[in-house]
Formats: sequence, C-alpha cells, structure tokens
Amino acid sequence: MGLVNKEEPLTLDTFVRGIWRENPVFVTLLGMCPTLAVTNSAINAISMGLATVFVLLCSNVLVSMLRKAIPKQVRIAAYIVVIASFVTVVDYAIQAISLEVYEALGAFIQLIVVNCIILGRAEAYASRQTVLNTAVNSVGTGIGFTLALLCLGVVREVLGAGTLFGMRILPEQFQPWVLMLLPAGGFFVLAGWLLLIDWMNIRRERRALERQGATVHGH
Amino acid sequence: MSAELPVQAPAQAVPFLPMIRTLGLVSLISGFAVTLAYQWTKPYVDENQRVTTERAVRAVLPTATVQKAFVLRDDGVAPATADSPAEDVVYVGFDAAGRIVGIAARGAARGYADLVHVMFSYDPACECINALKVTKMNETPGLGDAVLKDPDFKRNFDALDARVSTDGTALANRIVTVKHGTKREAWQIDAISGSTVTSKAIGRGLNQSAQRLVPRIRRHLAALESAGR
Repeated sequence: MGLVNKEEPLTLDTFVRGIWRENPVFVTLLGMCPTLAVTNSAINAISMGLATVFVLLCSNVLVSMLRKAIPKQVRIAAYIVVIASFVTVVDYAIQAISLEVYEALGAFIQLIVVNCIILGRAEAYASRQTVLNTAVNSVGTGIGFTLALLCLGVVREVLGAGTLFGMRILPEQFQPWVLMLLPAGGFFVLAGWLLLIDWMNIRRERRALERQGATVHGH
Repeated sequence: MSAELPVQAPAQAVPFLPMIRTLGLVSLISGFAVTLAYQWTKPYVDENQRVTTERAVRAVLPTATVQKAFVLRDDGVAPATADSPAEDVVYVGFDAAGRIVGIAARGAARGYADLVHVMFSYDPACECINALKVTKMNETPGLGDAVLKDPDFKRNFDALDARVSTDGTALANRIVTVKHGTKREAWQIDAISGSTVTSKAIGRGLNQSAQRLVPRIRRHLAALESAGR
C-alpha cells in the first residue's frame, strides 16, 4: 500500500485503488489471518468484511481528525486505543444483531485490533491526509477487503457444502469437498484467486505492450 | 593545534504534556464510545441470548407449553436470574395441566477444537436423559460434526440411564462414551467411529452436568412440581 506523504487531491482513484490496484488481500497480501480463518462460508466472509469496514472507517477518520494533535512518539499507542475501541463497539453490535454470526466469527472479531490493514492505513494514509480523503480511501479499502473475503467464501462454501448463503445450489448427489471448509481449503482457494489475478495482470500488461509496439510501427 | 570536534545537534525535547494530553483525550473518546455501545446493545444482546436459550430448550422439550428457569442449590430452589451461575440453572418444561414433562440443563466439555456445548433433557419419570442437542461447537467439518447428523448416535439419547445412587448424592452409574460397537449398558454412549473425540466430549459434558444437577433435581422435585401450578 502506497505511503502518501503530501495531502493528495480527492479523486476517483482515492476510492478505487483499495478495491483493485492496491487490494489488501489479492495485491498486498495483508490481513491473511481473518482471510483464511473465517471464509468457510459466504455469510461469515461478508460479516467479517463489514465489521472491518466499520472499524477501518471510524478509526481512520478519528486518526485523521487528531493527526495534528498526536505527537509521533505516542502515535502507535493512540492508534491502537482508537482501533480497539471501535473493535469493541463492533463486537457488541454483532452480538446484538446475531449470536450465530458472533459465534461463527469467534475470536477473529477481537483480532481485528491487530489487523495490519487498519493499522497500516492509519499510519500510511490517515495520519497524513484530510478527513474526507481518509474516509473515501478507507471505504474503498474496506470494500476491496470485503470483496476479496467474499470471493474466497463463495468458492469454499459452494464446493465445501454445496450451498451459498445457506441455500442449497448444488444437487443432493454432489459429494461436498470437506477439505474446502478446513484451513487447507483456505490456502488452496486463496492460491487459485492469486493465480487468476496475476494471470489477468500479466495478460493486460502484454496487451498494453503490444498496442504500444503497434503504435510505434505504425509511425 | 586543537582538533575540531563535530558539533552535535541538541536532542529534541520530548513533548511530555502534549503526549499525556493526547493519550488522555484518546482514552476519553474511547471510554465514551465503548460505554455508549455497551449500554445501547445490552438489551438486544440479552434478548438474543434469551431467544437462543428458549429455542434450545424447546428442541429438547418439544411437548412443553411453558418453560421456567430455576437455580438449583443444595439447600433449595429459586427462580433463576441473569446473575445465577449457569451450571446450576435448569429449565423446567410444564404441559398445559402444569405437570413436568422434562427438565433441561446445559453441559460442556472440551472436544477436538474447542468446548462442545449441549442442552439435554432429563425425564424424572424414567430417570433418564431422553433428548440432546449440541448448541455450540467448532469441531472439524466432515469428522466431528457427524454428532449432529448420525441417527445411530442420536439413538443413544432416547433413554440414557441417569438414575441416582442410593445415598442420593451422585448418579448410580457414571455416563461414559465407549468405543463404537461396544455399548453394553444403558448409561453408556456408543461413540461414532471417526468422531471419537467429539463423542467423548459430549459424554463428559453430560456426565459432569448430570452428576451435579440430577441428584438436586430428585431432592427438590416436589418444589419444582409445585412451581408449575
């Protein structure tokens, strides 16, 4: 993830870069702990993604608001207190919404405190940018994280249980690939997505080079 | 001729007061947010827990029309409150005529990955455990979770012997999980091959809870029955 020292203007890229070009899971490989642990179903993936979006947005906006008041010697301590507070808020909120989801996500809700995506964004972006830029960038990064978790969760649930969001979509005769629900399945599916995204990037670069070559020859 | 020494820059003063002030302010905001969230969500969390418990009790006592929670102590029975110790709480199911149809209680023991939590019902008429539901577990999919579906395993809890010893202080026979295919006694649980650790966790959880609660249920049965009227 880019370290932006000067205040940058608010553009579409401020929002979009976290979704694709700097996707925290597929490009910068951050937040691997929840990515592998809670993506055994699509609903768990979305719940963890939304919880992270909330913490990312609220904590980074607060860090950005206080950025000129926080002395650098205590900045990490201050960021951790801010992040831990919002994680506690989200922990209570999930318990209030659904105990089933709360129990399925287990300790990984509390572990959002040490999710390096959030601390990384606070240090590399929110502490240097305006509140508006930070909010837009945090939502983009959060959506990128949620989409990545959903990509894993959908594949693992469909192959591992034959269902999607708890509804059966593969015939009863389908023998579920239980491995997909186990930790090893998380690694396999993540590797599959990383391969696919790398292949797409290489193909796009090759086409860009070919177009460039054609333009040069055309002249 | 004297050698010229490099001039050292003065060490930057650490801003002590701003550090304290900032951390104080951040902690204040944090405390405010956490307290507000706790106060706001508490009624919803309590309601969710009540509904979850009620559903689990209904699963093991399907014929009960009324459920009442009591805390069982050695010296007596009292209505359960939010502060009652969970291991002493029983849920008594009554029919429309106010008769006890069964008494549900919780049990838990460590399985392969984490604690396996169960809700079971005790029938005072047959002095047996006649229903069981796993309420929470995190066992390996495809192995440990067989305890949720296996019909042979479920049959263990049709009438699992839970008679009290003659001195009334414990079960007459310890509830134990035995290797698949070796069950000989009514107080034994036939394990599932491939899910032995989880099967044993359920047996241990049941035994610990029943050893503690069933003698007290027998002792205070009359008080519990009168509570339904």
